[in-house]
Amino acid sequence: MKNALFALALTIPLFAQERVTLIRNATILTVTNGTIENGSVLIRGSKIVAVGKDIAAPANARVIDATGKFVLPGIIDTHSHTAVEGSVNEISLPNTGMVRIADAIDNNDVSAYRQLAGGTTAALVLHGSANAIGGQSQILKWKWGRPASEWLVSGAPRTIKFALGENPKSANFRPPEGTPRQYPATRMGVEEVIRKSFIDARDYMAAWDEYEAKVKRKETAIPPRRDLLMDTMADILRGKIDVHAHCYRADEIIMLLNVADEQGFKVRELQHVLEGYKVGREIAKHGAGAGTFIDWWGYKAEAYDAIPYNVALMVRDKVLTSVNSDSDELARHLNHDAAKAMKYGGLTEDEALRLCTINPARQLRLDNRIGSIETGKDADLAIWNGHPLSVYSRVDTTFIEGEVYFDREQDLKRREELRKEKEERLKKEADEAKKDKDKEKEKKDA
Amino acid sequence: MRKTLALALLLASSAFAQSTILNGTGRKATVAIRNATIVPVSGPTIANGTIVFANGVITAVGTNLTAPSNATVIDGTGLFVYPGMIDSGSNVGLVEMDSVAGTVDTTELGDFNPNAQAAVAFNPHSEVVPVTRVSGVTHVLSVPEGGIISGQSALMQLAGWTPPESVVKAPAAMHIRFPRLRSTSPFATQPPDEEAEKEQKKAYTKSIDQLRDLLRDAQAYAKAAGARAKDTKVRRFDRDLVLEALVPVVEGREPVVMHANLARDIKAALEFADEFKLKVILAGAQDVARVVDEVKRRNIPVILGPILSLPQREDDPYDLLFTNAKTLHDAGIAFAIQSGDAHNARNLPYHAASCAAFGLPKDVALKSVTLYPAQIWGVADRLGSLEIGKSASLIVTDGDPLEIRTNVKRVFIAGEEMPMDSRHTLLYEKFSKRP
Repeated sequence: MKNALFALALTIPLFAQERVTLIRNATILTVTNGTIENGSVLIRGSKIVAVGKDIAAPANARVIDATGKFVLPGIIDTHSHTAVEGSVNEISLPNTGMVRIADAIDNNDVSAYRQLAGGTTAALVLHGSANAIGGQSQILKWKWGRPASEWLVSGAPRTIKFALGENPKSANFRPPEGTPRQYPATRMGVEEVIRKSFIDARDYMAAWDEYEAKVKRKETAIPPRRDLLMDTMADILRGKIDVHAHCYRADEIIMLLNVADEQGFKVRELQHVLEGYKVGREIAKHGAGAGTFIDWWGYKAEAYDAIPYNVALMVRDKVLTSVNSDSDELARHLNHDAAKAMKYGGLTEDEALRLCTINPARQLRLDNRIGSIETGKDADLAIWNGHPLSVYSRVDTTFIEGEVYFDREQDLKRREELRKEKEERLKKEADEAKKDKDKEKEKKDA
Repeated sequence: MRKTLALALLLASSAFAQSTILNGTGRKATVAIRNATIVPVSGPTIANGTIVFANGVITAVGTNLTAPSNATVIDGTGLFVYPGMIDSGSNVGLVEMDSVAGTVDTTELGDFNPNAQAAVAFNPHSEVVPVTRVSGVTHVLSVPEGGIISGQSALMQLAGWTPPESVVKAPAAMHIRFPRLRSTSPFATQPPDEEAEKEQKKAYTKSIDQLRDLLRDAQAYAKAAGARAKDTKVRRFDRDLVLEALVPVVEGREPVVMHANLARDIKAALEFADEFKLKVILAGAQDVARVVDEVKRRNIPVILGPILSLPQREDDPYDLLFTNAKTLHDAGIAFAIQSGDAHNARNLPYHAASCAAFGLPKDVALKSVTLYPAQIWGVADRLGSLEIGKSASLIVTDGDPLEIRTNVKRVFIAGEEMPMDSRHTLLYEKFSKRP
């Protein structure tokens, strides 16, 4: 019932082969190549094929006059829990790196649509932070109305979520009555869980190396037992999986960077990283990125030193920084957070726009495909009715790979239709339930 | 002047929540801000204007004014003057760290706590106070939470060295979280559990009955107290603080904020209020567009927000909460906006601006965080606009305060210039200087 209704709901993208769309007379915020006034973007199929001032409309092109409007690349959110309702924390062990978000995508989560309406098109969907290593994350595009398999960004890097601080040590979580507390309970324990997992992985890799060497020498060999967790940890060490680590305090950030240096892996992105401003140079030296919410603070002890100037200070330290949401609500207006980086610490407009577009794309290693308006990139973009760094602006139309996934005019038009559809379906359902009940009664009476 | 005020120290390691930033100087100097764009909110914008205030009160607003000889003159060229913003619902002062129970004073035990007073627990030295203030929000309604009768809110100024010094109006209102009837969602994958629904209905009815009984008791208590006040021969009775707190409510002297979001809950809350002729303010009100007539007919104001939050039903329009303010404005219903937050009450202006992004006129959005709340909370004689005789609670900015990129340059509360420091600016300064 729910599936049927929401699969139909709101907008159904129109699909056609090699559709050509020309958006013209807009202010194009390319992000990587400056701003083009009175500019055009030409989209063919799923790709941007031209960006510039005087682009003629090819025959059969759908032409969108965007006079007075702005075009911004689709916003990319590197911290999302959308579309995995109920599957966020595999809480049962300190390290559950073997489990995968990709196995639990729910494409009926209306939050995806609401985010499209805020210009957000792609996200890194992560496990929660209940354990030190939570599981493998997944990069998605919000292709609302399409099968979940199409939401997965093909060829995207593999990623995993680590977590430090209060959450993995269960500081704010009381286990159900009769359940013992789970290790770890301190930041010392969190460090040990992570470190030991890599040490185990090295042993595991050595066991396999030995086995393979024996096989090569044509000696009798018994293969080691396959371990999905150890496979995962080994792939981190081989550089095949990017680490995204939930963290707050400066000390735990330094801890993780030290463990990473010692064990020989890189932290791709520090998540939340609310005290990143205290250790920006150490983060930059390691080469980690930072994805943060700009002004959340005080909701727990480890968020008490969070300041909205964090982004500006980290940018000054040359940390690759993004703003991200960790929230179905905030994910709808990450442009606000980008604007706040101008207010708090004085980033330029270009620096601010990068925080929610090309910087997260780089953190996800997808900057060759998304994050800016450039020829050859995926046509993931939104048309805004005003400058996206203004809180008075809203999104008119959102494209992913050349298809419209949100259109405000369409949305407004379809509301009455959907209301009626819902009413009819509910009535039908109630009638059917009543019929069943009557039948049952008849049976009983008989 | 500002230099001396900025003599605040920050101990980054300081344990919990006692700000070292000054809560005011006690100096209500004579000040003239000249050559500024003055936005009184209650009247047209004044270009190249001057505003003068002394002893905490605005004495002149206009053009071609001469500053009094004893005035500190501030050049406002390129700057704007607005009334300080008022948050119509927050937990500022009542919570320092949400997850640390020892620092949270929002929610009393049990369902009926009309005698709980936010003004008593408000911590004027909370770090949240300066953080909120430097963003241009000068006044907040601090609201107790939980239960059915949560307690009484207080309108507080974000200045003052003791809770009483910070009080503008206390109590401001009684807060009732009207019982909610939850039924099995039409989208539930399980068939409706009739037994469970019956139980829920029973608990719901019981809660309302308890509330009704309590208000009736308060009516009786008021009558008895009145009788004894008139005639000491009337039998003495023990005081009851719960009922005593409800007397001004049942007598219609103190407003009741009914917190309800779904249409059926709003209707039930309003009908209940009719029964007791309560002076009602509706808050939350996510479904208000479905009950516009019910609200309009009763001529009650509405507190909307937090605007930047999610609609409750999956099939609600994505912009439902952004459009409610316009719906109320078009219907001629008085409203104001709340952040519903403590640490980010400073984002109040962006809640209002988000309504403007979806059709509310910008000047009305500004009023929803200045003049309208002053009217709804009964302090429009003092706050909410820049008019002669009103409190000099104002902000100097470099642009529209509802726009994120705008910077607040100066904050005056009741004529006192406040430091522009907060825990956040001081940590920023400290770590900008890391060697």
